[in-house]
Amino acid sequence: MKTTARQLIVNAIENGTVLDHIPSENLFKVVEILNLAECGHQITIGSNLESKSFGRKGIIKIADRYFENDELNRIALVAPQATINIIKDYKVVEKHKITIPEEVVGIGKCANPMCVTNHQKIATRFKTIVESDGIKLLCHYCEKTTKIINLQP
Amino acid sequence: MPKSLISIHDFSKDEMLHILDVASEMEKNKSQKILEGKVVACLFFEPSTRTRLSFETAANRLGARVIGFSDVDNTSISKGESLKDTIKMVSNYVDIIIMRHPLEGAARYASEVSNLPVVNAGDGANQHPSQTLLDMYSIRQSQGRLEGLTINMVGDLKYGRTVHSLLQAMSHFDPSFVFTAPAELQMPGEYKQFLAERGISYRETTSLNEHLDDCDILYMTRVQQERFSDPMEYEKVKDVYRLDASMLGGVRSNMKILHPLPRINEIAQDVDDTPYAYYFKQAENGMYVRMAIIACLLGYR
Ligand SMILES: [Zn+2]
Repeated sequence: MKTTARQLIVNAIENGTVLDHIPSENLFKVVEILNLAECGHQITIGSNLESKSFGRKGIIKIADRYFENDELNRIALVAPQATINIIKDYKVVEKHKITIPEEVVGIGKCANPMCVTNHQKIATRFKTIVESDGIKLLCHYCEKTTKIINLQP
Repeated sequence: MPKSLISIHDFSKDEMLHILDVASEMEKNKSQKILEGKVVACLFFEPSTRTRLSFETAANRLGARVIGFSDVDNTSISKGESLKDTIKMVSNYVDIIIMRHPLEGAARYASEVSNLPVVNAGDGANQHPSQTLLDMYSIRQSQGRLEGLTINMVGDLKYGRTVHSLLQAMSHFDPSFVFTAPAELQMPGEYKQFLAERGISYRETTSLNEHLDDCDILYMTRVQQERFSDPMEYEKVKDVYRLDASMLGGVRSNMKILHPLPRINEIAQDVDDTPYAYYFKQAENGMYVRMAIIACLLGYR
Protein backbone atom coordinates (compact mmCIF):
# COMPACT_ATOMS: atom_id res chain seq x y z
CA MET A 1 0.00 0.00 0.00
CA LYS A 2 1.29 3.41 -0.93
CA THR A 3 1.65 5.66 2.06
CA THR A 4 1.22 9.38 1.54
CA ALA A 5 2.47 12.13 3.81
CA ARG A 6 -1.07 12.91 4.89
CA GLN A 7 -1.79 9.41 5.99
CA LEU A 8 1.26 9.59 8.21
CA ILE A 9 -0.21 12.51 10.10
CA VAL A 10 -3.47 10.70 10.78
CA ASN A 11 -3.15 6.95 10.94
CA ALA A 12 -4.71 4.97 8.13
CA ILE A 13 -7.52 2.59 8.96
CA GLU A 14 -7.99 -0.89 7.59
CA ASN A 15 -11.77 -0.76 7.28
CA GLY A 16 -14.29 1.96 7.97
CA THR A 17 -15.23 5.49 7.00
CA VAL A 18 -13.09 8.59 6.54
CA LEU A 19 -14.80 11.97 6.59
CA ASP A 20 -12.51 14.49 4.95
CA HIS A 21 -12.63 18.22 4.19
CA ILE A 22 -14.51 19.21 7.31
CA PRO A 23 -13.98 22.87 8.24
CA SER A 24 -11.78 22.75 11.36
CA GLU A 25 -14.08 25.06 13.30
CA ASN A 26 -17.01 22.67 12.81
CA LEU A 27 -15.13 19.45 13.45
CA PHE A 28 -16.63 18.85 16.85
CA LYS A 29 -20.11 19.77 15.63
CA VAL A 30 -19.76 16.87 13.20
CA VAL A 31 -18.68 14.62 16.09
CA GLU A 32 -21.77 15.70 17.98
CA ILE A 33 -24.24 15.40 15.08
CA LEU A 34 -23.04 11.88 14.28
CA ASN A 35 -23.10 11.06 17.99
CA LEU A 36 -19.55 9.71 17.78
CA ALA A 37 -18.92 10.26 21.49
CA GLU A 38 -21.12 7.27 22.15
CA CYS A 39 -19.76 5.13 19.34
CA GLY A 40 -17.57 2.31 20.64
CA HIS A 41 -15.35 2.13 17.54
CA GLN A 42 -11.79 3.33 17.23
CA ILE A 43 -11.93 6.96 16.10
CA THR A 44 -9.06 9.17 14.97
CA ILE A 45 -9.66 12.88 14.73
CA GLY A 46 -7.31 15.31 13.05
CA SER A 47 -7.80 19.06 13.30
CA ASN A 48 -6.17 22.07 11.62
CA LEU A 49 -4.52 19.94 8.96
CA GLU A 50 -3.10 21.69 5.91
CA SER A 51 -5.19 21.34 2.78
CA LYS A 52 -4.23 22.63 -0.65
CA SER A 53 -7.73 23.57 -1.69
CA PHE A 54 -9.28 24.16 1.66
CA GLY A 55 -6.96 26.06 4.01
CA ARG A 56 -7.22 24.24 7.30
CA LYS A 57 -9.40 21.22 7.52
CA GLY A 58 -10.47 18.52 9.86
CA ILE A 59 -10.66 14.80 9.25
CA ILE A 60 -12.40 11.99 11.12
CA LYS A 61 -11.61 8.31 10.67
CA ILE A 62 -13.97 5.78 12.15
CA ALA A 63 -12.76 2.19 12.06
CA ASP A 64 -15.17 -0.64 11.19
CA ARG A 65 -18.17 1.62 10.93
CA TYR A 66 -20.25 2.47 7.86
CA PHE A 67 -23.06 5.01 7.78
CA GLU A 68 -26.35 5.36 5.94
CA ASN A 69 -26.35 8.27 3.50
CA ASP A 70 -29.23 9.93 5.38
CA GLU A 71 -27.16 9.83 8.51
CA LEU A 72 -24.13 11.41 6.85
CA ASN A 73 -26.13 14.06 5.02
CA ARG A 74 -27.06 15.47 8.41
CA ILE A 75 -23.57 16.97 8.60
CA ALA A 76 -24.19 18.91 5.38
CA LEU A 77 -25.21 21.91 7.44
CA VAL A 78 -21.83 22.28 9.12
CA ALA A 79 -19.60 20.61 6.52
CA PRO A 80 -21.22 21.04 3.11
CA GLN A 81 -17.99 20.28 1.25
CA ALA A 82 -17.10 17.15 3.18
CA THR A 83 -16.14 14.01 1.29
CA ILE A 84 -16.87 10.51 2.47
CA ASN A 85 -14.39 7.74 1.81
CA ILE A 86 -15.36 4.16 2.40
CA ILE A 87 -12.27 2.15 3.27
CA LYS A 88 -11.92 -1.59 2.85
CA ASP A 89 -8.60 -3.30 3.34
CA TYR A 90 -6.77 0.08 3.46
CA LYS A 91 -8.16 1.07 0.07
CA VAL A 92 -10.74 3.72 -0.80
CA VAL A 93 -13.47 1.61 -2.41
CA GLU A 94 -16.05 4.35 -2.58
CA LYS A 95 -15.82 8.12 -2.45
CA HIS A 96 -18.68 10.59 -2.52
CA LYS A 97 -19.73 14.08 -1.60
CA ILE A 98 -22.25 15.10 0.99
CA THR A 99 -25.62 16.10 -0.46
CA ILE A 100 -27.66 18.73 1.28
CA PRO A 101 -30.93 17.16 2.43
CA GLU A 102 -34.19 18.98 1.64
CA GLU A 103 -35.26 18.66 5.23
CA VAL A 104 -33.38 18.20 8.49
CA VAL A 105 -35.06 16.87 11.59
CA GLY A 106 -33.77 16.97 15.13
CA ILE A 107 -30.58 18.92 14.40
CA GLY A 108 -29.97 22.47 15.50
CA LYS A 109 -31.97 25.03 17.35
CA CYS A 110 -34.29 27.63 15.83
CA ALA A 111 -32.85 31.14 16.22
CA ASN A 112 -36.29 32.62 16.92
CA PRO A 113 -36.66 32.93 20.71
CA MET A 114 -40.47 32.88 20.34
CA CYS A 115 -40.45 29.62 18.38
CA VAL A 116 -42.50 26.87 20.03
CA THR A 117 -39.56 24.45 19.64
CA ASN A 118 -37.56 26.55 22.11
CA HIS A 119 -40.23 26.21 24.79
CA GLN A 120 -41.72 22.72 24.45
CA LYS A 121 -40.07 19.33 23.97
CA ILE A 122 -40.35 19.28 20.19
CA ALA A 123 -37.79 17.99 17.68
CA THR A 124 -36.80 20.85 15.38
CA ARG A 125 -37.60 20.50 11.68
CA PHE A 126 -36.17 22.72 8.95
CA LYS A 127 -36.32 22.97 5.15
CA THR A 128 -32.92 23.80 3.71
CA ILE A 129 -32.58 26.78 1.38
CA VAL A 130 -29.32 26.94 -0.52
CA GLU A 131 -28.29 30.49 -1.39
CA SER A 132 -25.12 31.99 -2.78
CA ASP A 133 -23.95 33.07 0.69
CA GLY A 134 -24.62 29.76 2.38
CA ILE A 135 -27.39 27.51 3.58
CA LYS A 136 -30.44 28.82 5.38
CA LEU A 137 -32.92 26.80 7.40
CA LEU A 138 -36.64 27.53 7.22
CA CYS A 139 -38.31 26.45 10.44
CA HIS A 140 -41.29 24.15 9.84
CA TYR A 141 -42.99 25.56 12.94
CA CYS A 142 -42.42 29.32 13.24
CA GLU A 143 -41.70 29.85 9.48
CA LYS A 144 -38.62 31.97 10.23
CA THR A 145 -35.23 31.35 8.66
CA THR A 146 -32.09 30.61 10.65
CA LYS A 147 -28.64 31.13 9.15
CA ILE A 148 -26.33 28.17 9.56
CA ILE A 149 -23.90 30.27 11.60
CA ASN A 150 -26.55 30.40 14.32
CA LEU A 151 -27.04 26.66 14.30
CA GLN A 152 -26.25 25.03 17.59
CA PRO A 153 -26.29 21.24 17.70
CA MET B 1 -58.84 20.99 1.19
CA PRO B 2 -56.05 20.64 3.80
CA LYS B 3 -57.02 19.10 7.11
CA SER B 4 -56.16 22.24 9.09
CA LEU B 5 -55.77 25.98 8.58
CA ILE B 6 -52.41 26.88 10.09
CA SER B 7 -50.72 29.17 7.59
CA ILE B 8 -52.12 30.97 4.57
CA HIS B 9 -49.39 29.19 2.57
CA ASP B 10 -51.17 25.87 3.14
CA PHE B 11 -54.03 26.97 0.89
CA SER B 12 -53.96 27.13 -2.89
CA LYS B 13 -55.63 29.92 -4.81
CA ASP B 14 -58.65 27.69 -5.49
CA GLU B 15 -58.95 26.66 -1.87
CA MET B 16 -58.88 30.30 -0.76
CA LEU B 17 -61.56 31.17 -3.33
CA HIS B 18 -63.66 28.25 -2.14
CA ILE B 19 -63.60 29.60 1.45
CA LEU B 20 -64.62 33.04 0.13
CA ASP B 21 -67.52 31.56 -1.84
CA VAL B 22 -68.76 29.61 1.18
CA ALA B 23 -68.41 32.77 3.30
CA SER B 24 -70.67 34.69 0.97
CA GLU B 25 -73.22 31.88 1.20
CA MET B 26 -72.97 32.18 5.03
CA GLU B 27 -73.53 35.92 4.80
CA LYS B 28 -76.76 35.34 2.88
CA ASN B 29 -77.95 32.77 5.41
CA LYS B 30 -76.45 33.75 8.76
CA SER B 31 -77.85 30.90 10.84
CA GLN B 32 -77.46 27.39 9.50
CA LYS B 33 -77.59 24.57 12.01
CA ILE B 34 -75.36 22.28 9.98
CA LEU B 35 -73.14 21.54 13.00
CA GLU B 36 -75.89 20.55 15.42
CA GLY B 37 -74.42 18.11 17.94
CA LYS B 38 -70.80 19.09 17.19
CA VAL B 39 -68.45 20.60 19.79
CA VAL B 40 -65.87 23.25 18.92
CA ALA B 41 -62.92 23.98 21.24
CA CYS B 42 -61.72 27.58 21.45
CA LEU B 43 -58.38 27.43 23.23
CA PHE B 44 -56.98 30.90 23.86
CA PHE B 45 -53.56 30.54 25.48
CA GLU B 46 -53.35 34.32 25.32
CA PRO B 47 -56.34 36.63 25.50
CA SER B 48 -57.86 38.12 22.34
CA THR B 49 -61.47 38.98 23.01
CA ARG B 50 -62.21 40.20 19.49
CA THR B 51 -60.95 37.11 17.69
CA ARG B 52 -62.44 34.73 20.25
CA LEU B 53 -65.90 36.28 20.06
CA SER B 54 -65.81 36.17 16.28
CA PHE B 55 -64.92 32.46 16.22
CA GLU B 56 -67.34 31.55 19.01
CA THR B 57 -70.21 33.40 17.32
CA ALA B 58 -69.36 31.67 14.05
CA ALA B 59 -69.50 28.25 15.73
CA ASN B 60 -72.77 29.11 17.47
CA ARG B 61 -74.39 30.32 14.25
CA LEU B 62 -73.60 26.94 12.71
CA GLY B 63 -75.36 25.23 15.60
CA ALA B 64 -72.24 23.86 17.33
CA ARG B 65 -71.50 24.13 21.01
CA VAL B 66 -68.30 25.78 22.21
CA ILE B 67 -65.96 24.82 25.05
CA GLY B 68 -62.56 26.27 25.94
CA PHE B 69 -60.77 28.97 27.85
CA SER B 70 -60.00 32.63 27.19
CA ASP B 71 -56.66 32.78 28.97
CA VAL B 72 -54.45 30.34 30.83
CA ASP B 73 -54.79 31.66 34.41
CA ASN B 74 -56.20 28.99 36.74
CA THR B 75 -55.89 26.23 34.15
CA SER B 76 -53.62 23.19 34.20
CA ILE B 77 -51.43 25.00 31.65
CA SER B 78 -50.48 27.63 34.22
CA LYS B 79 -49.45 24.67 36.40
CA GLY B 80 -47.00 23.57 33.71
CA GLU B 81 -48.94 21.11 31.55
CA SER B 82 -47.30 20.69 28.17
CA LEU B 83 -49.02 21.93 25.01
CA LYS B 84 -49.01 18.36 23.72
CA ASP B 85 -50.92 17.04 26.73
CA THR B 86 -53.50 19.84 26.59
CA ILE B 87 -54.14 19.24 22.90
CA LYS B 88 -54.29 15.44 23.32
CA MET B 89 -56.79 15.79 26.14
CA VAL B 90 -59.04 18.27 24.33
CA SER B 91 -58.88 16.19 21.13
CA ASN B 92 -60.74 13.42 22.93
CA TYR B 93 -63.65 15.73 23.66
CA VAL B 94 -64.36 17.82 20.57
CA ASP B 95 -64.63 17.84 16.76
CA ILE B 96 -62.38 20.77 15.84
CA ILE B 97 -59.84 22.93 17.68
CA ILE B 98 -59.49 26.69 17.26
CA MET B 99 -56.44 28.02 19.08
CA ARG B 100 -54.45 31.13 19.74
CA HIS B 101 -51.03 30.90 21.32
CA PRO B 102 -48.21 33.38 22.04
CA LEU B 103 -45.53 31.00 20.70
CA GLU B 104 -44.82 30.88 16.97
CA GLY B 105 -45.46 27.47 15.44
CA ALA B 106 -47.71 26.33 18.32
CA ALA B 107 -50.71 25.74 16.04
CA ARG B 108 -48.63 23.76 13.52
CA TYR B 109 -47.38 21.56 16.34
CA ALA B 110 -50.92 21.11 17.71
CA SER B 111 -52.14 20.00 14.26
CA GLU B 112 -49.45 17.30 14.29
CA VAL B 113 -50.30 16.14 17.80
CA SER B 114 -54.06 16.08 17.17
CA ASN B 115 -56.07 13.91 14.78
CA LEU B 116 -58.60 16.75 14.48
CA PRO B 117 -58.65 19.83 12.23
CA VAL B 118 -56.90 22.78 13.89
CA VAL B 119 -57.55 26.44 13.06
CA ASN B 120 -54.75 28.84 13.89
CA ALA B 121 -56.31 31.95 15.42
CA GLY B 122 -52.89 33.56 15.77
CA ASP B 123 -49.49 32.17 16.81
CA GLY B 124 -47.42 35.07 18.14
CA ALA B 125 -46.09 37.26 15.37
CA ASN B 126 -46.30 34.44 12.83
CA GLN B 127 -49.65 33.66 11.17
CA HIS B 128 -53.29 34.62 11.52
CA PRO B 129 -54.81 33.08 8.38
CA SER B 130 -58.49 33.78 9.14
CA GLN B 131 -57.59 37.49 9.17
CA THR B 132 -56.03 37.16 5.72
CA LEU B 133 -59.09 35.39 4.35
CA LEU B 134 -61.49 37.96 5.79
CA ASP B 135 -59.33 40.74 4.31
CA MET B 136 -59.57 39.06 0.91
CA TYR B 137 -63.31 38.59 1.34
CA SER B 138 -63.73 42.28 2.15
CA ILE B 139 -61.60 43.32 -0.81
CA ARG B 140 -63.61 41.16 -3.20
CA GLN B 141 -66.93 42.27 -1.72
CA SER B 142 -66.11 45.98 -1.87
CA GLN B 143 -64.50 45.95 -5.33
CA GLY B 144 -66.46 43.18 -7.03
CA ARG B 145 -63.20 41.44 -7.90
CA LEU B 146 -59.76 40.48 -6.59
CA GLU B 147 -57.82 40.87 -9.84
CA GLY B 148 -55.79 43.88 -10.88
CA LEU B 149 -56.25 46.09 -7.81
CA THR B 150 -53.88 48.68 -6.37
CA ILE B 151 -53.45 48.10 -2.64
CA ASN B 152 -51.85 50.77 -0.47
CA MET B 153 -50.55 49.30 2.79
CA VAL B 154 -49.97 51.85 5.53
CA GLY B 155 -48.25 51.80 8.91
CA ASP B 156 -46.09 49.11 10.42
CA LEU B 157 -45.04 47.14 7.37
CA LYS B 158 -41.96 45.74 9.10
CA TYR B 159 -43.52 43.76 11.93
CA GLY B 160 -47.16 43.63 10.76
CA ARG B 161 -47.95 40.00 10.06
CA THR B 162 -51.36 40.85 8.58
CA VAL B 163 -49.82 42.88 5.76
CA HIS B 164 -47.21 40.21 5.02
CA SER B 165 -49.81 37.44 4.75
CA LEU B 166 -52.18 39.61 2.72
CA LEU B 167 -49.39 40.56 0.33
CA GLN B 168 -48.59 36.90 -0.30
CA ALA B 169 -52.22 35.85 -0.66
CA MET B 170 -53.05 38.71 -3.05
CA SER B 171 -49.99 37.90 -5.18
CA HIS B 172 -52.23 35.36 -6.97
CA PHE B 173 -54.43 38.15 -8.34
CA ASP B 174 -52.17 40.44 -10.35
CA PRO B 175 -52.12 43.33 -7.84
CA SER B 176 -49.90 46.36 -7.60
CA PHE B 177 -48.83 47.67 -4.22
CA VAL B 178 -47.98 50.91 -2.50
CA PHE B 179 -46.05 50.67 0.76
CA THR B 180 -46.56 53.71 2.98
CA ALA B 181 -44.34 53.45 6.04
CA PRO B 182 -41.85 55.49 8.07
CA ALA B 183 -38.21 54.65 7.41
CA GLU B 184 -38.03 52.51 10.56
CA LEU B 185 -40.99 50.32 9.60
CA GLN B 186 -40.60 49.64 5.88
CA MET B 187 -41.58 46.42 4.14
CA PRO B 188 -38.77 43.88 4.66
CA GLY B 189 -36.57 43.03 1.68
CA GLU B 190 -37.69 39.39 1.53
CA TYR B 191 -41.27 40.45 0.67
CA LYS B 192 -40.11 42.93 -1.94
CA GLN B 193 -38.01 40.16 -3.43
CA PHE B 194 -41.05 37.86 -3.36
CA LEU B 195 -42.96 40.44 -5.45
CA ALA B 196 -40.06 41.10 -7.79
CA GLU B 197 -39.74 37.37 -8.55
CA ARG B 198 -43.41 37.35 -9.57
CA GLY B 199 -43.23 40.53 -11.63
CA ILE B 200 -45.56 42.40 -9.26
CA SER B 201 -44.92 46.14 -9.06
CA TYR B 202 -44.71 48.18 -5.89
CA ARG B 203 -43.97 51.76 -4.96
CA GLU B 204 -42.69 52.99 -1.61
CA THR B 205 -43.33 56.26 0.15
CA THR B 206 -43.14 57.74 3.63
CA SER B 207 -46.02 60.14 2.92
CA LEU B 208 -49.60 59.06 3.50
CA ASN B 209 -50.86 61.77 1.13
CA GLU B 210 -48.74 60.67 -1.81
CA HIS B 211 -50.78 57.68 -2.98
CA LEU B 212 -54.19 58.25 -1.38
CA ASP B 213 -55.74 59.21 -4.69
CA ASP B 214 -54.52 56.35 -6.88
CA CYS B 215 -55.34 53.21 -4.91
CA ASP B 216 -58.39 50.94 -4.70
CA ILE B 217 -57.73 49.63 -1.21
CA LEU B 218 -56.17 51.61 1.62
CA TYR B 219 -55.07 49.00 4.15
CA MET B 220 -54.29 50.83 7.39
CA THR B 221 -52.53 49.12 10.31
CA ARG B 222 -51.81 49.95 13.89
CA VAL B 223 -48.24 50.29 15.10
CA GLN B 224 -48.12 47.61 17.80
CA GLN B 225 -46.20 48.58 20.89
CA GLU B 226 -45.46 44.97 21.86
CA ARG B 227 -43.34 44.48 18.71
CA PHE B 228 -40.84 47.12 19.84
CA SER B 229 -38.01 46.30 22.21
CA ASP B 230 -37.03 49.99 22.46
CA PRO B 231 -39.83 52.22 23.87
CA MET B 232 -38.21 55.32 22.30
CA GLU B 233 -38.49 53.76 18.84
CA TYR B 234 -42.18 53.21 19.46
CA GLU B 235 -42.78 56.79 20.66
CA LYS B 236 -41.14 58.06 17.47
CA VAL B 237 -43.44 56.21 15.08
CA LYS B 238 -46.67 55.48 16.96
CA ASP B 239 -48.64 58.48 15.64
CA VAL B 240 -46.84 58.86 12.34
CA TYR B 241 -49.99 58.48 10.19
CA ARG B 242 -53.40 59.87 11.00
CA LEU B 243 -56.09 59.70 8.36
CA ASP B 244 -59.02 62.10 8.61
CA ALA B 245 -61.98 62.86 6.36
CA SER B 246 -60.46 66.09 5.00
CA MET B 247 -57.72 64.05 3.27
CA LEU B 248 -60.17 62.02 1.22
CA GLY B 249 -61.34 64.71 -1.24
CA GLY B 250 -59.55 63.32 -4.29
CA VAL B 251 -59.72 59.58 -3.79
CA ARG B 252 -61.16 57.11 -6.31
CA SER B 253 -64.91 56.66 -5.90
CA ASN B 254 -64.48 52.90 -5.39
CA MET B 255 -61.69 53.30 -2.80
CA LYS B 256 -62.26 51.47 0.47
CA ILE B 257 -60.36 51.73 3.76
CA LEU B 258 -59.64 48.51 5.62
CA HIS B 259 -58.10 48.08 9.06
CA PRO B 260 -57.71 44.85 11.09
CA LEU B 261 -58.91 46.75 14.22
CA PRO B 262 -58.60 47.80 16.96
CA ARG B 263 -57.51 51.24 15.77
CA ILE B 264 -55.87 53.79 18.00
CA ASN B 265 -55.22 57.18 16.39
CA GLU B 266 -54.50 56.17 12.80
CA ILE B 267 -58.08 56.68 11.55
CA ALA B 268 -60.04 59.66 12.89
CA GLN B 269 -63.68 59.09 13.84
CA ASP B 270 -64.89 61.45 11.10
CA VAL B 271 -63.72 58.93 8.50
CA ASP B 272 -66.35 56.46 9.78
CA ASP B 273 -69.15 58.43 8.14
CA THR B 274 -67.54 58.62 4.71
CA PRO B 275 -68.45 56.12 1.97
CA TYR B 276 -64.82 54.90 2.02
CA ALA B 277 -64.85 53.42 5.53
CA TYR B 278 -65.15 49.64 5.31
CA TYR B 279 -63.42 48.45 8.50
CA PHE B 280 -66.58 47.76 10.51
CA LYS B 281 -68.04 45.76 7.64
CA GLN B 282 -64.67 44.00 7.44
CA ALA B 283 -64.93 42.98 11.11
CA GLU B 284 -68.46 41.68 10.51
CA ASN B 285 -67.19 39.72 7.51
CA GLY B 286 -64.77 37.96 9.85
CA MET B 287 -67.66 36.02 11.28
CA TYR B 288 -68.88 34.75 7.88
CA VAL B 289 -65.36 33.79 6.87
CA ARG B 290 -64.85 31.92 10.16
CA MET B 291 -68.19 30.12 9.67
CA ALA B 292 -66.90 29.09 6.25
CA ILE B 293 -63.54 27.93 7.63
CA ILE B 294 -65.16 25.75 10.30
CA ALA B 295 -67.75 24.31 7.88
CA CYS B 296 -65.12 23.54 5.21
CA LEU B 297 -62.61 21.93 7.57
CA LEU B 298 -65.31 19.71 9.02
CA GLY B 299 -66.27 18.65 5.51
CA TYR B 300 -69.68 20.30 5.34
CA ARG B 301 -68.88 22.55 2.34
ZN1 LIG C 1 -38.75 28.07 14.64
